[in-house]
Amino acid sequence: MKFSIQVNEGPYQHQASDSAYQFTKAALEKGHECFRVFFYHDGVLNGTRLTTPPQDDRNIVKNWTDLAEEYDLDLVVCVAAAQRRGIVDDGEAERNGKDATNIAPRFRISGLGQLVEAAIQSDRLVVFGD
Amino acid sequence: MSDLHTVNKSPFEKNSLESCLRLSKAGSAILLYEDGVYGALKGTAVENMIASVVADKKVYVLGPDYKARGLDESRIIDGVEVVDYAGFVDLVEANDKVQAWV
Amino acid sequence: MSDTKNFMFLNRRAPYGTIYAWESLEVVLIAAAFEQNVSLMFVDDGVYELTKGQDTTGIGMKNFSPTYRTLGDYEVRHMYVDKASLEARGLTADDLVQVEWEDWETEESVDNIVEVVDSDRVAELLEESDVVFSF
Repeated sequence: MKFSIQVNEGPYQHQASDSAYQFTKAALEKGHECFRVFFYHDGVLNGTRLTTPPQDDRNIVKNWTDLAEEYDLDLVVCVAAAQRRGIVDDGEAERNGKDATNIAPRFRISGLGQLVEAAIQSDRLVVFGD
Repeated sequence: MSDLHTVNKSPFEKNSLESCLRLSKAGSAILLYEDGVYGALKGTAVENMIASVVADKKVYVLGPDYKARGLDESRIIDGVEVVDYAGFVDLVEANDKVQAWV
Repeated sequence: MSDTKNFMFLNRRAPYGTIYAWESLEVVLIAAAFEQNVSLMFVDDGVYELTKGQDTTGIGMKNFSPTYRTLGDYEVRHMYVDKASLEARGLTADDLVQVEWEDWETEESVDNIVEVVDSDRVAELLEESDVVFSF
């Protein structure tokens, strides 16, 4: 079955991103397909590579990157939400005149249409949020 | 077929569980996870919310979240079933869609 | 598989205190542009999103209330309000904005697509949808 996942909260503050990660991993391990993981609201903060958690804590951003690496996941950060919260890739830095980027590996920034498309194309949309 | 409803809020903090129970149809599946697992406990002030619906709605609690919070399975309301993440995935697959009461 | 689905946006958050209501509205506008059948459901504090007379000049935030009134122009055909949530907050339909809708091809029109419905109907409408977006 084809799933898509929506993550509405940032890492660490709320369990939503951890739950979404555990769910997505379990679904992939069972042989399901994940069409897209879409990060919205503060969920876009899952997409910064500048995160530095203590050594004895899990690295949520890296967990997503590694999972995407293993299963070729499409991790999409909403552009409007990202601009508000300062998640920047090369294209965004150039368009908006920013002096740095912080997007994590395997994440990409795109529009809300990607969420709508995911809902249309997938058998199930599972929302994780506050 | 029916829907899977997910509740991740403590019933002592927010009314998500109450609204979910009021606005879900008979035959629905309800999964309590994250802080929602506190709603699955016996002997609480809100025990009756779950106990009164287990006859016509199937209630599940996510074991890993339950265990993380130091709760023993013997305290789970009768009729509530414990699932792991693989079971969560199965519930999503087995139902028509998911309604998240975030 | 058909490319048109029945989308239901389940709104349970008050405006301004958090950004959920506003960013939910942004998804609604995009979903409508994708020519999906879009309906909105307002439950719990979500009913506060529709109150008339919102004025944000004193808090420095954008007043996005007028956008709800334009949803009819974006082909949003139904905006449902949970009666119990409304009553619990001491509100009636008169306290809410009205949203006009018109089909420009058939000239069919509705004066106000905001409709107050009871719990059983809310449950039915949610279950009849293909996808529920929760905010």
